[in-house]
Amino acid sequence: MLNGIMWLLVFQFVGELLARGLDLPVPGPVIGMLLLFIALQVRRPPEQAGVLRGSDRLLRHLQLLFVPPAVGVITYGAVLREDWLPITGGLLLSWLAGLAVTGLLVTLMLRLRNRGAGPVGEQPS
Amino acid sequence: MSDVQDLLRTSPLTGVLLTLVGYRIGLEVKRWSGNHPLAQPVLIAVLVIGPLLWLLDLDYEEYLNGGAIIAFFLGPATVALAVPLYRQAHHLRELLVPMLVALPIGTLVSVVSGMVLVRALGGDRALELTMAPKSATTPIAIQITDQVGGIPSLVAAFTIAAGIIGAICAPAVMDLLGIRDRRARGLAMGAVSHGVGTSRSLHDNPTEGAFSGLSMGLTALATSLVVPLVVHFLR
Repeated sequence: MLNGIMWLLVFQFVGELLARGLDLPVPGPVIGMLLLFIALQVRRPPEQAGVLRGSDRLLRHLQLLFVPPAVGVITYGAVLREDWLPITGGLLLSWLAGLAVTGLLVTLMLRLRNRGAGPVGEQPS
Repeated sequence: MSDVQDLLRTSPLTGVLLTLVGYRIGLEVKRWSGNHPLAQPVLIAVLVIGPLLWLLDLDYEEYLNGGAIIAFFLGPATVALAVPLYRQAHHLRELLVPMLVALPIGTLVSVVSGMVLVRALGGDRALELTMAPKSATTPIAIQITDQVGGIPSLVAAFTIAAGIIGAICAPAVMDLLGIRDRRARGLAMGAVSHGVGTSRSLHDNPTEGAFSGLSMGLTALATSLVVPLVVHFLR
């Protein structure tokens, strides 16, 4: 677990350094994620490796980490009351548009590629 | 001011403990409800912590003394999303082209529709700029908003709301739309509901979770490139 967290922080740190140093528009942790992915592909560690177990544990409680920024909502009561229509309307409809466009485009492209090659993917349970 | 009050206000212990207790209650409610989609632990935690802060007469800044310690781990958790992706890497090659086409288009649709809708429904320019990056994960959306002139702390509320909406209703909406492929479902979830949605996907299905995490990362990247451009053209 300790080893795992340490490696995650090392990859985040290298990601942040690259983002700052090369002035990339990409956030450091995302670069860290891509670097760790490459490292895992090359090294192929066993399932009991610290970095795999540490990651699994951290991700099991991913929502916990969003609690502090989420609590920030309480400071915006006045704005939310005053502009509730553009906020809820904009948020809900554009969320729906983004979800539908992304999901349907991927589905369509997979279907075109696999045409005649049987059903695409699994059914939802 | 009493010593107790002083401890509550200044010690990081308060924020850390409130966060853990709120989340723990959220997990219990989720279990009691038999995994009802509405019972997202993060949502319940906010409903618990908000009134507690009011009762204890603490403001958000004081809560963040401890809250920031928990939020710090969003960084390594983002890096950790490489692991489910690594386990699903065999799916990746086939998905490369669909992903590289659909995610930038999906991002563009999110950004443009968010801005246009806010304007159409009577919001001002600052609100429009704050809505633009709401599909990116919270820390990145904050950076982008700051860069284009929106309200950085308000965008945190918008992204979290987008995440919670996704965790609650994205799977049902995708069923309705006929999006059944696990990889497509994951990519769509990550594109609009970042880490909060990804946490739901990880619980639903490992393939969905892995692709949601990947999509979240790529969407953050796409959003940081698309928002300044769209803001420039959509005056």
